[in-house]
Amino acid sequence: MSTGVAIVGAAESDLGVTGRSILGLQAQAVSRALDDAGLSLRDVDGIATTGVSRFSATQLADYFGLEPRWTDSTYAGGSAFEMFVARAAQAIRAGQAETVVISFASDQRSARSRSLGGVVEAHTPEAQFETPYAPLYPVSYYAMAAQRYLHDYGKTREQLAEIAVAAREWALLNPAAFRYGKGPLTAADVVGAPMVSTPLTTLDCCLVTDGGGAVVLTSSERARDLRHRPVEVLGYGERTTNTSMTAVPDLTVTGAEGSGADAFARAGVTPADIDVVQVYDSFTITVALSLEGLGFCGRGEALDLVAGGRIRPGGALPLNTSGGGLSYCHPGQFGVLLLVEAVRQLRGEAGDRQVPDARLAVAHGTGGILSTHATVVLGVDG
Amino acid sequence: MTDGFPPEVPAPDEVTAPWWEATREHRLILQTCTRCSPGTQHPPRALCVRCGRGDLGWVGSEGLGTVDSFTVVHRAPRPDLTVPYVIARVRLIEGVVLLTRLRGREPDRWRVGDRVRVAWADLGDGRALPVFVPDAPSSHDTEKGS
Repeated sequence: MSTGVAIVGAAESDLGVTGRSILGLQAQAVSRALDDAGLSLRDVDGIATTGVSRFSATQLADYFGLEPRWTDSTYAGGSAFEMFVARAAQAIRAGQAETVVISFASDQRSARSRSLGGVVEAHTPEAQFETPYAPLYPVSYYAMAAQRYLHDYGKTREQLAEIAVAAREWALLNPAAFRYGKGPLTAADVVGAPMVSTPLTTLDCCLVTDGGGAVVLTSSERARDLRHRPVEVLGYGERTTNTSMTAVPDLTVTGAEGSGADAFARAGVTPADIDVVQVYDSFTITVALSLEGLGFCGRGEALDLVAGGRIRPGGALPLNTSGGGLSYCHPGQFGVLLLVEAVRQLRGEAGDRQVPDARLAVAHGTGGILSTHATVVLGVDG
Repeated sequence: MTDGFPPEVPAPDEVTAPWWEATREHRLILQTCTRCSPGTQHPPRALCVRCGRGDLGWVGSEGLGTVDSFTVVHRAPRPDLTVPYVIARVRLIEGVVLLTRLRGREPDRWRVGDRVRVAWADLGDGRALPVFVPDAPSSHDTEKGS
């Protein structure tokens, strides 16, 4: 059942190593998404973005010369954009905004702004009780989750590596992917790559690239008069669980459980109904834990689920069809590009990587150190 | 200290000061709620995460626990740090989880579930950071620090 709100435009900015600024890439993404929708900047009365500055949506509104009726600058890492879809749908339904743009862009590769230790805020408990030990942030947390997961379920690093191997297979079909034309990966390549934080190697970790994207939302009623087949927002849910590395009792159980359950219930569908899956792959382990949390399989079963080519092109569970953060693009907060790819698949515009007859998609973002989780279910009429 | 660990640690605030004060005597203490059972929590907060009230005190920890998970860091986040080193979540017998470093065993020999006890890495300002070492070293362990 639709929420009465639809995505009517979607686009990427330039990706990879762009030499462009954050606001320059934001302008590209937003302009292209509005062009895609057949709308203009003057139609926009709602802005949701993050990672621009302390006043992210305010900054972007100023840059675009807008005085929006509604904004959201929630900072929640890579899941913020799935959260924004929920907020935007509510704002549109409530009449506070008519046309909302959700966007993100980062120049982190060109600017060399990414640090292995992360950003430390001296007033937080983590600065006193965690940072002194010098964990890699966020890598070491995901690494501990992976270590515990492999231990608890008797799985191997090679089985986990399939998530990176499959992502590369999809990227080889996507000309926009950073690893397009770079050849396939094997599980041996992944486990044999330089170690970062055991058991995760460089190839278990997402790319560090520039890039961005934007989606445009409006009411389903208005969407019917626009250029493309509307992609209806069917459901959404979210969970927020931790900032510290010690708050969550079991590293292998994430907020994806509650987030996914809420989203599927609102949409009136189940994971078995989904045709194409976009799950934030900050690390290989993120996908395994998220698939279990979302209910695509039970706890401890994700690495069996992804085996046998099931998530590769042509498989029964098409996953991260852009090539994902692992092989397509990872601008620091990947969540908006999960939405862009879901829209393209549902519109049938995904070229060589198109999943036949994709009518229902799920986009699931995570942020921080498995800190935030947000799920959106999208669909098109048959 | 040549290896950058332990580093400078931010000053305590009004909530965390007693915890850090105890580290000067190599005592590991835990914040506890006078109303809840179990009432221990970490890191220290201005309220109890169970009942939401501020009736909090301190109890001594036995300093014993098990490795909930760990990771061997192979890429230094700062140039002054020497890799590899072991980051871990240790679950104390009192129930709370601490982020820490594991020492006193070759990094690749640690396993989930290993029993550990607290040790201390002294800071330049008189405080100390709790780290953890094997509680029952096996014969093939080396005592080489990590």
